[in-house]
Amino acid sequence: MIKKLICVVLAAFIAISASTSCGISKAERSENVVYVYNAGEYIDPDLLDQFTAETGIQVVYDEFESNEIMYPKIESGAAVYDVVCPSDYMIEKMIKKDLLQPIDYSKIPNIKNIGDYYIEQSRSFDPEHKYTVPYCWGTVGILYNKTMVSEKVDSWDILWDEKYKNEILMQDSVRDAFMVSLMDLGYSCNSLDHDEIEAATERLKAQKHLVQAYVVDQVRDKMIGNEAALGVIYSGEALYTQSQNPDLEYVIPKEGTNLWLDCWVMPKNAKNVENGLKFLNFLCDAKVAAKNFEYITYSTPNEACRDYIEDEDLKNSETAFPDLSKYTNLETYHYLGDTADKYLNGMWREVKSY
Amino acid sequence: MIRHNGIKRFYTILILFFLYAPILTLMVLSFNSSKSRSHWGGFTFDWYISLFENEHIMQAFWNTIIIAVISALIATIFGTLACIGMQVMKKRMRSVIMGITNIPMLNADIVTGISLMLLFIACRVNMGGATVLLAHITFNIPYVILSVMPKFRQINYATYEAAQDLGATPTYAFTHIIFPDILPGVISGFLMAFTMSLDDFIITHFTKGAGFDTLSTKIYSEVKKGVSPEIYALSTIMFTLVLALLVIVNARKFRPKKKGGAA
Amino acid sequence: MRKPWKSLSKKTRALAAPYFVWSVGFIIIPLIIIFFYGFADANGHFTLSNVASIFSHVNLKALIISMLLSFLSTFVCLLIAYPLAYILAEFGHGKSSLFAFIFILPMWMNSLLRTIAWQNLLEKTGLINTILSFFHLPTMMIINTPWAIVLGMVYDFLPFMILPIYNTLSRLEIDYANAARDLGANGWQTFWKITWPLSLPGVISGITMVFVPSLTTFVISDILGGGKILLIGNIIEQLFTQDNDWNAGAGLSIVLMIFIVISMIITDKYDKEDATKK
Repeated sequence: MIKKLICVVLAAFIAISASTSCGISKAERSENVVYVYNAGEYIDPDLLDQFTAETGIQVVYDEFESNEIMYPKIESGAAVYDVVCPSDYMIEKMIKKDLLQPIDYSKIPNIKNIGDYYIEQSRSFDPEHKYTVPYCWGTVGILYNKTMVSEKVDSWDILWDEKYKNEILMQDSVRDAFMVSLMDLGYSCNSLDHDEIEAATERLKAQKHLVQAYVVDQVRDKMIGNEAALGVIYSGEALYTQSQNPDLEYVIPKEGTNLWLDCWVMPKNAKNVENGLKFLNFLCDAKVAAKNFEYITYSTPNEACRDYIEDEDLKNSETAFPDLSKYTNLETYHYLGDTADKYLNGMWREVKSY
Repeated sequence: MIRHNGIKRFYTILILFFLYAPILTLMVLSFNSSKSRSHWGGFTFDWYISLFENEHIMQAFWNTIIIAVISALIATIFGTLACIGMQVMKKRMRSVIMGITNIPMLNADIVTGISLMLLFIACRVNMGGATVLLAHITFNIPYVILSVMPKFRQINYATYEAAQDLGATPTYAFTHIIFPDILPGVISGFLMAFTMSLDDFIITHFTKGAGFDTLSTKIYSEVKKGVSPEIYALSTIMFTLVLALLVIVNARKFRPKKKGGAA
Repeated sequence: MRKPWKSLSKKTRALAAPYFVWSVGFIIIPLIIIFFYGFADANGHFTLSNVASIFSHVNLKALIISMLLSFLSTFVCLLIAYPLAYILAEFGHGKSSLFAFIFILPMWMNSLLRTIAWQNLLEKTGLINTILSFFHLPTMMIINTPWAIVLGMVYDFLPFMILPIYNTLSRLEIDYANAARDLGANGWQTFWKITWPLSLPGVISGITMVFVPSLTTFVISDILGGGKILLIGNIIEQLFTQDNDWNAGAGLSIVLMIFIVISMIITDKYDKEDATKK
């Protein structure tokens, strides 16, 4: 009896598999396709359909969790993408490792919508402005729950306060974790000085017993769910979390923080360059950028799009469009070189195994 | 022993509860109208509706099923053939092959996954669904072999030889006497392989290419940003289907009590 | 048992050929590649430093913690699974083995999801603590501790322990036990002298199937450990995916492989010794 049943189920499975297996490689077979590799939850998915509807180009969309995880995939050629969206320091590394191809800006007329300020900022890692199309920017700050933290939050120091034992969520990424510690100590987040990095390591070790968990994007859900009182988070997530839990507040600490800029780039081994350029041009369109902003709530360098933002609260949000001149000591990450990367990674592992 | 029946029942139920509590939690979450998993927003069926409209999840689901079925099938064929072949091998050769078979079982998934990734990169294969399939077949074969091999020890060779003495061809004797004996092993090997493939994350993670996701890799990419309740809904459906299947089979098994009920 | 099939032609050997070719291509060669990376530095020169890096403070600590946690979870699995398998085998005797299937069924729910579910249950504001605090009981704070990782391991791998033990127990002839009892042995004696030794093969394969994945997991510690506890699996994973240092990652993989092989040899030897005693 079981045998028969298994046979029937098997036959059904195979029949279904056969009928859908065409679907498995549908996109691969079609010529008109663009491979996109983006950070997690970093685009309005409707836009991908809109792009396909407008241009007839299929979008194969993949997500990565962090720059560090994205890099080996591109470097080894394990996966071939046409457009990728890494952060500043990683772009610098990819340029230095000769993994990127110059972008033909004449094919992206909408690049005029990107504010000059951000193009200027991108020169810190792409000096000739050859490889990048700015996509989102923001800061790293502290998200705190007003019902659990009554004092004024304005310094990284609070992340070392014994009162908040087991109430702190730290970023589980080398650069961000060290940035918090280095900035708190008054050093540069691009420090190459071993003494400074060691001091920062010690400080992170001293913090460890207070930390509830080292997480990446989960900070968002955990803060919404009142799991923790304080969390280190990207500014773009602040608006969303506040809409879900009004008790949350985002601050940029007075010691300064990281100002980051994520840009689209095209890897050297990209196969569908024309389609990739069309995709980037599409994303730079003011209306598209506005729609995207309303979905992901990360600050956009697309200045033309602000007129198209329908939600008045979002449009005038201080968090999404902060007056950067108010803050001193905002620093962009730089690629530190392979030796320093390795050193930092080793130190970070020491913190995490402490 | 009968005196302890109460304790036994209690113990069994306790373990069942332990095993099923997280699954129940997921099922409950699939009806949660709030997207956040730590917040109950009210009862809803919406996720079940939007699930079928979500191309990415459905594609990942079909990928998972296709990979699991094909890889388990191929692994079962290769594995069973290998087991038969090994029966007539010299002991040394057999232990070499069994040794190789044990490598993926004993190796960390992560090492298996990475070694295959390095192989594909070295061969300049563009990674995608096909490489995942190859990888799954590779780690599935040992499960088949390890569940078929023991069955050969229980075979009644006398019957087999008697059949041949009575004029059956070796092939006929094989398919009618040996094969039925090892069939339970083959089936459980297939099921094992299917389950392993269905559940694998680590090896898929390393051998998949652009634009290809199975449910596991899809879920992992969502763990960090909050799993979408549609995935809970899909898992609830899958789980309920398997459970229903089991109940049907069981019901059929217990109903006809005519033959062999005395054992 | 080892009797070769006299009547089965030697040509039958060829049936193993597809698998043999496959295993060379997809098991042996990839393994060689791992060894190649493990014993080479970034420039491709021979070095032992990747393998030796296991003695660094961080890696050694991770390995020891991994060993401790996987020993513990294997032990707990055995403790839970054996009585259960015994009960199931007893209950299911002559009945459907599908009864045992109920205990395997959870494996059909994606293991990542089930682990995430435990996170939901154990969190500070999770289900268990919500219920506990509703009854004004002290809350349980094991999430992001080694205990949560052990719990996750036990939960994820328990079916791997139940199944093989159940299989051997259900195949045991009750007659042995009955005979022993007829000859005057009491329940415990019957168990220790007859049932336990005969079920050892199942126990050993159960131990293998729980110990190896526990030793090498990085997902469970990631989800339930809050990133505060690094297991050796986490370190290898990070070396490959984040540090992009394949040589060091491969070196540690080799060490891990050696550890697993050693522990398997030890269990296997124990198994054989026990079998010969009988």
